[in-house]
Amino acid sequence: MQPIISVRQLSKTYATGFQALKQIDLEIRQGEIFALLGPNGAGKTTLISIICGIVNPSEGMVLADGHDVVRDYRAARAKIGLVPQELTTDAFETVWNTVRFSRGLFGKSANPAYVEKVLKDLSLWSKKDSRLRTLSGGMKRRVMIAKALSHEPQILFLDEPTAGVDVELRRDMWAMVRALRASGVTIILTTHYIDEAEEMADRIGVINKGELILVEDKAELMNKLGRKQLTLQLQSPLQAIPAALSGYALELSADGHQLVYTFDAQGEHTGIDVLLRRLGEAGIDFKDLKTSQSSLEDIFVNLVRERA
Amino acid sequence: MNIYAIRAIYFFEMARTLRTLLQSIVSPVISTSLYFVVFGSAIGSHMTAIGGVSYGAFIVPGLVMLSLLTQSISNASFGIYFPKFVGTIYEILSAPVSAFEIVAGYVGAAASKSIILGLIILVTARLFVTFEIAHPLWMLTFLVLTALTFSLFGFIIGIWADNFEKLQLVPLLIVTPLTFLGGSFYSIHMLPPFWQKVTLFNPVVYLISGFRWSFYGVSDVSLGISVGMTLIFLAVCLAVVWWIFRSGYRLKT
Repeated sequence: MQPIISVRQLSKTYATGFQALKQIDLEIRQGEIFALLGPNGAGKTTLISIICGIVNPSEGMVLADGHDVVRDYRAARAKIGLVPQELTTDAFETVWNTVRFSRGLFGKSANPAYVEKVLKDLSLWSKKDSRLRTLSGGMKRRVMIAKALSHEPQILFLDEPTAGVDVELRRDMWAMVRALRASGVTIILTTHYIDEAEEMADRIGVINKGELILVEDKAELMNKLGRKQLTLQLQSPLQAIPAALSGYALELSADGHQLVYTFDAQGEHTGIDVLLRRLGEAGIDFKDLKTSQSSLEDIFVNLVRERA
Repeated sequence: MNIYAIRAIYFFEMARTLRTLLQSIVSPVISTSLYFVVFGSAIGSHMTAIGGVSYGAFIVPGLVMLSLLTQSISNASFGIYFPKFVGTIYEILSAPVSAFEIVAGYVGAAASKSIILGLIILVTARLFVTFEIAHPLWMLTFLVLTALTFSLFGFIIGIWADNFEKLQLVPLLIVTPLTFLGGSFYSIHMLPPFWQKVTLFNPVVYLISGFRWSFYGVSDVSLGISVGMTLIFLAVCLAVVWWIFRSGYRLKT
């Protein structure tokens, strides 16, 4: 299937000389939730801004549903909705008017029934005649989402949707994103909360210092996450893994002092008990043992640190 | 052509005027009335007629122009500056709209407002002095051309300004002096010969002269030159706006 967004060799160098993006290649699949994870200043917002037409690329190109976002901007942008990170709203406008305005701006004829549905879905209907400056921060963020959805986009960008949002609203937001995905909208969200990516995303991309350092299915990442390792410090070094233990996923360290057993922590039978019994039968003594688990957080921190 | 977008921007801007009715319409009408009381009635009663036109009537076109210029600039500059200032410009930039559509929406609304205001001021003036309009179609042509040109000029200022001070700077330091020295309250023939020559470098002279001709059939410079200069200024503003969107100046990084 043709990717809904394809980013090719995209680079951005700002006038100050700061290189925000370095030859990014990325494909977003139709209908998925893609989480772009990275520390502050990694280039997440720059990437989104280029795709949405707010920042000019220095090199490379982006196709949105097959349309070049620079040359064929009309067709490309009509498919995209953007919820920026900062709460920027027209303080004196009413909720209804500002959402209606967005729909017109994106070239759609007025459709009060649709706008009503969007506002109801976002629990904004009772506030439709309120001026934006009278709304709470969480409500304003909902309004910005309503504006982004007003023209029925196929692709929705959520730049840090839950930054500074309370727990309850965060749950609501997640539920809303899932409902949108169910209706066929492709969603790209940026976050620096790892649990958010874990909770929401189908695929995860990690960006740091303008480089995309990992793009992987969340399920695969979770597999890595689900794996645990048991490390045994042996009393006396082994030359090789004894034949009696060949059925186990065992690794022997180079100096023969450590035996590492990898197992699925989520599994019914981890096999630890049997392994330890076998070791005893084989006469292999150990002086210490530890188990460890790599979390997405560890993977992320390691990735980011490696490149630092 | 994204007609819906032009309409959305246009009505958004017009709604802003209605929200700030006092500031947008009432205050210019009051200040113009004050001019009529002071210059038209109090001082005007001691002035001789200029070119067969009583002084009170003579200043009507100039005063309408004065409001038209300042209001066009302030409406259009604020209209585009404010979204830049609060950040809502992101939506305009990410929308499937061309530069032409953005300009048509913002400048169209700013020009409409100042044309309406100009007409309101004409009606107000009629309460103070009697005057006729000899060439109503030309009068409307000048009204529309001037409103359009100076709304474009205001749009450029709004894009250029990156703080509120700059937003006020050009109108206060350049436009107001040029308008006052452009013959709003006098005929440039009343100036010494040297200053008459200097005045010809002031583009506002041509606007006011042409506009006054449409009322009374008398002008400081010929009609053709007035129309020509107005069109040249319009073309310059269009070229600058075209360049702004092409280069992304002060809009995109």
